[in-house]
Amino acid sequence: MNEKREQSVLVQRSWMVAAQKIGAPLISAALAVVVGSFIIWASGYDPRAAFIALWEGSFGSPKAIGDTLLKATPLILTGLAVAYGFRAGLFNIGAEGQLFLGGLAATWLGLSLAGLPWFLLIPLMLLASMLAGAAWAFVPAILKARIGAHEVITTMMFTYIGRYLVSYLVIGPLKAPGQIPQTAELPGAGQLSRIQALFSEATLASFEFLKLGRGHLGIVVAVIAAVLVWFVLKHTTLGYENRAVGFNPWASQTAGISVQSTTVKALCISGGLAGLAGSTEVMGVHHRLFDQFSSGFGFTGIAVALLAKNHPIGVIPAALLFGALAAGAGRMQFQADVPQKIVLIIQALVIFFVAAEEIVLWLIRRRQKEAVSHAG
Amino acid sequence: MPVLELREVTKAFPGVLANDRVSLVLEKGEIVALLGENGAGKSTVMNVVYGLLSPDGGEVLMDGRPARIKSPRQAIDLGIGMVHQHFMLVEPLTVTENIVLGREPGRFGAIDFATARRRVEELSLRYGLKVDPDARIIDLPVGMQQRVEILKALYQGARVLILDEPTAVLTPQEVRELFSVIRSLVDEGLSVVFITHKLEEVMAVADRIIVMRAGRVVGETSPEKTDDVGLARLMVGRDVVLRIEKTTKPTCGDTVLHVEDLRVRSDRGLEAVAGVTFSVCGGEIVAVAGVSGNGQTELVESIVGLRRPLAGTILLKGVDITRADARTSIEAGLSHIPEDRHRRGLILQFDLAENLVLGDHRVPPYAKGPLMRPGQVGAMAATRIADYDIRTPSAGVLAGNLSGGNQQKLVVAREIGRDPELLVAAQPTRGLDVGAIEFVHRQILAARESGKAVLLVSLELEEVLSLADRVLVMYEGRIVKELASGEADAETLGYYMTGGGGEKLSAQELQAPTHGGNA
Ligand SMILES: Nc1ncnc2c1ncn2[C@@H]1O[C@H](COP(=O)(O)OP(=O)(O)O)[C@@H](O)[C@H]1O
Ligand SMILES: [Mg+2]
Repeated sequence: MNEKREQSVLVQRSWMVAAQKIGAPLISAALAVVVGSFIIWASGYDPRAAFIALWEGSFGSPKAIGDTLLKATPLILTGLAVAYGFRAGLFNIGAEGQLFLGGLAATWLGLSLAGLPWFLLIPLMLLASMLAGAAWAFVPAILKARIGAHEVITTMMFTYIGRYLVSYLVIGPLKAPGQIPQTAELPGAGQLSRIQALFSEATLASFEFLKLGRGHLGIVVAVIAAVLVWFVLKHTTLGYENRAVGFNPWASQTAGISVQSTTVKALCISGGLAGLAGSTEVMGVHHRLFDQFSSGFGFTGIAVALLAKNHPIGVIPAALLFGALAAGAGRMQFQADVPQKIVLIIQALVIFFVAAEEIVLWLIRRRQKEAVSHAG
Repeated sequence: MPVLELREVTKAFPGVLANDRVSLVLEKGEIVALLGENGAGKSTVMNVVYGLLSPDGGEVLMDGRPARIKSPRQAIDLGIGMVHQHFMLVEPLTVTENIVLGREPGRFGAIDFATARRRVEELSLRYGLKVDPDARIIDLPVGMQQRVEILKALYQGARVLILDEPTAVLTPQEVRELFSVIRSLVDEGLSVVFITHKLEEVMAVADRIIVMRAGRVVGETSPEKTDDVGLARLMVGRDVVLRIEKTTKPTCGDTVLHVEDLRVRSDRGLEAVAGVTFSVCGGEIVAVAGVSGNGQTELVESIVGLRRPLAGTILLKGVDITRADARTSIEAGLSHIPEDRHRRGLILQFDLAENLVLGDHRVPPYAKGPLMRPGQVGAMAATRIADYDIRTPSAGVLAGNLSGGNQQKLVVAREIGRDPELLVAAQPTRGLDVGAIEFVHRQILAARESGKAVLLVSLELEEVLSLADRVLVMYEGRIVKELASGEADAETLGYYMTGGGGEKLSAQELQAPTHGGNA
C-alpha cells in the first residue's frame, strides 16, 4: 500500500481540523457583522456609527470592559454547563432553570447565615448554588438514565418549575418588607465585590484600566470554572468517560463504561455549573433575588456553547462576544440611534452562521459521500 | 473490438494518486473481476468510467470511440450501468417506481405504470432477478434491494454493468444467487465488471482477473492460470499465508471459560441461545461456527457482559460472571474483539492513544485515582502501535481516519495487548483484505501460544478451519455438533450449520430441561 501518501493525507486532515475549529467560529462572527451591517443599513441606520458605538460600549473604556465582563460572567458558566452536557451527548436546554435554583440557594443561605465572615460565607453560597443546580438536573438525569425520557423535554419542564418556584418565593415566603417582590439584600460578606473596589483610590488613579465599573469578581469564578472543566475533560477518567459516551455510547458500554451513570454525572455537573451562574449573578450584580434576575442567560448559554464548539476554554471568548453585544447595545441606541433590538439580530446571526457552517459542512460531506456511492 | 476500454486513466486526490495510468479492456459477454486491497483505487477508476469523477489524464473508449463522460446521465446513455455498495433507492417507493424513476414511460407527464410494471416483470424474468414489482423498497432485504439496482441499470439499457463490491452486504446464499444472475447477464451479451477484494469470489465467477495495487494495474490473469496464493501475492505485493498452519498442538491448561446450560433472549424476545454448554481451556482456540443469526451474537454478548442471560452459568477462571457487566468481566480478565468495530470496537472521534486505553482507562498505570496519566498512556500507545504494526503518522491521529485494516489492528492491539485470560473474538476479520486477515490470524494464534483461551465466533468457514482446535457448530441457538480440528472440513461444517444434525438436535431438545414462558 502507498503508506506515505496515506499518512500525508492524515496529517493534512488533522491540521485542517485544527484550523477549522478555531477559524470557523471567527468566520461565523465576521459574517454576522457583515450581514448585520447590511440589515442596519437596510433599516435606514448608519452601520458604521452603530458598530463604533457598539465597540465603545463594550470595549471602548475600562468601564465598558467592566460591563462586558459583567454580562459575560453568567454566560461563561451557562455556556460551560451546556458544553459539558453536549460532550456527553446530552442537550441540557434547562440551564436557565438550574440557574434560578442556584440563585435561590445562594440567596437563601446568604440571608440565613448572615453573621458568617466572607471567607466562609462566599464559598458556602457558591457551593450551595452548585448543589442546587445539580439537584435540579438530577431528576431529569435519572429519568433519562432509567427510562430514557428525553432530557430536552424534562430539563425544559424543570425550568418552568424553577422559575415559578422563585417567583412564588419572592412574592411570598422570602419577600422583603415593601412593595417590590424581591428578597432582602444579601449581607456584605455574601456579596462578590466589584473588581475596582479591591484597589485603593491611588492605585486606580495611576492604573486607569482597573476602573472596571460594575465588573465583579464573578468573572474570576467563571474563568476558574472554565479551566477546571477543561482539566476534567482532558485529564480525568470522569472527563474521558464523558467524552467517550458522548461520541459512542455502544463502544463505551462495550469497554465497561456505564452509560447510565455517566449520563447522570454529566447532567448533574452541567446543572451545577448553571447553578453557579445563578449565584454569581445574585452575589455580584443584584445582591438580592427577584424573579427577573436572569435575562435568559441559560438560553444564551446554548448559543455560547455552540459558538465555542463545546470547548471549555473556547467558551470564554464566545461568552465575551455575547457579553459585549449585550453591554454595547445601550450605547448603540443613544449614540447611534439604532434600536437595541438590532443586537438581538446580530446575536441571532452569529448563531445562524455557526449552525449554517455545520449544515454546510454536513452538506459537503453528504454530497461527497453520495458522489462516491451513487448518482442519477 | 472491446466494448469498454480505458487508456492510461490517472486520477489524483489531495495527497493520493488513486489511479496511476490504469489501462484495461472489457470484451462483450465477459466477466472481468477487478481485484485489489481496500484503497487500491478500484472504485475510483470505475467512478471515472461512470462519470462521477473526471480523470486528470487518460481516456475512456466505448465501442472503440473516445467517450468524454461527464456525468452518470451520459454514462447511462452510452449503456454503462453501475451498482454501488450503498444503494440509492427511494425507500418509501415501490420497486417499479424506483426502477422507472428518471425514465418514466408515458405521455404528457402522466406515468404509464402498467407498461412500466410489465417491462420490469419482463426483465426480472429474463435474467432470473426475482423480485416483487409492487413491494416497497423499505420492506425488502438488502439482497433484494441490490436486485432492484441491477434491474434499474438494465431497464436504463445498460450493456456494461459495473458492480462495486456487490457481495459485501450479502449472505452466502445471496452471493450464489448473484453469481448465477451475473452469468445469465453475460449469456445475454452484457459485459460485467465485478469489483471485489475476496479471492474465492474471483475464482468462482470471473472470466478474466485484473489486479490493482496502490493505484496501478499490477497484473492480469484468469482463474485457470492462477490460484488463491498467486492472486494474493499479486494483490498484496508479497507472499501471504492464506491458511496459517498451527505448528503446535493445543496445550490444554486450566479451564478458563465454562458455560453451562446458557439461555439468552434476543432483542425480539425470542430465546436466541437455548441451552448451551461448553468450556474453553488455556492455550486452545474454540470456534463457534454457524450461519449468521443462529444465536452467536447473543452468546457473545452474554459472555462479555453486554446482555443478561435468562438462565445458566458463565464461569471465567472459576469466577461467576453470569450477571457481571462489561467492566467486571474486563477486570476478571476478559478481552473482546466485537463483531462491529465501528459501533462497538472503536470511538472513531478519539485518537489512537485514547482508543488504545479504552477499557483500561481507570486502572493503573494509566490512571491514578481520578486522574489519567497521559505519559503512561502515550508510552503504551507507542509500544502497541509498533508491536501491532498500526500504520499511522502518530498516536494523535483520529481512529476514524485510519483504513479499515488498521482500525481492526487497533482493536486487536488493545484487546490482546491487555494480556487477558480469555479472548472472545467475534468475526475478527470481517471486511478485511487478505493482508490484514493474515495479520489478525497470526495475532490470535500468538495469543493461543502464550496460553490464553480463545473463543472465536466466525461466519467464515475458512477462518474456522484454519484457526480452531475445536469447532462447535451452532444452529438455532443450540450447539448441534462438536468437531475436533482433524474431523472438521467445509463439507461437514456446512452440513451441520444448515441443520443437518436434525436428529441430534431433537435428541438434545429432549434432554434439555423444560423451560417455561420464554419464546
Ligand atoms: N473523494 C476522495 N477524496 C480523497 N481521497 C479519496 C477519495 N476517494 C478515494 N480516495 C482515496 O483514493 C484511494 C483509492 O480509493 P478507492 O478507489 O476507494 O479504493 P478501493 O475502491 O480500491 O478500495 C484511497 O487511498 C482513498 O483514500
Ligand atoms: Mg471501493
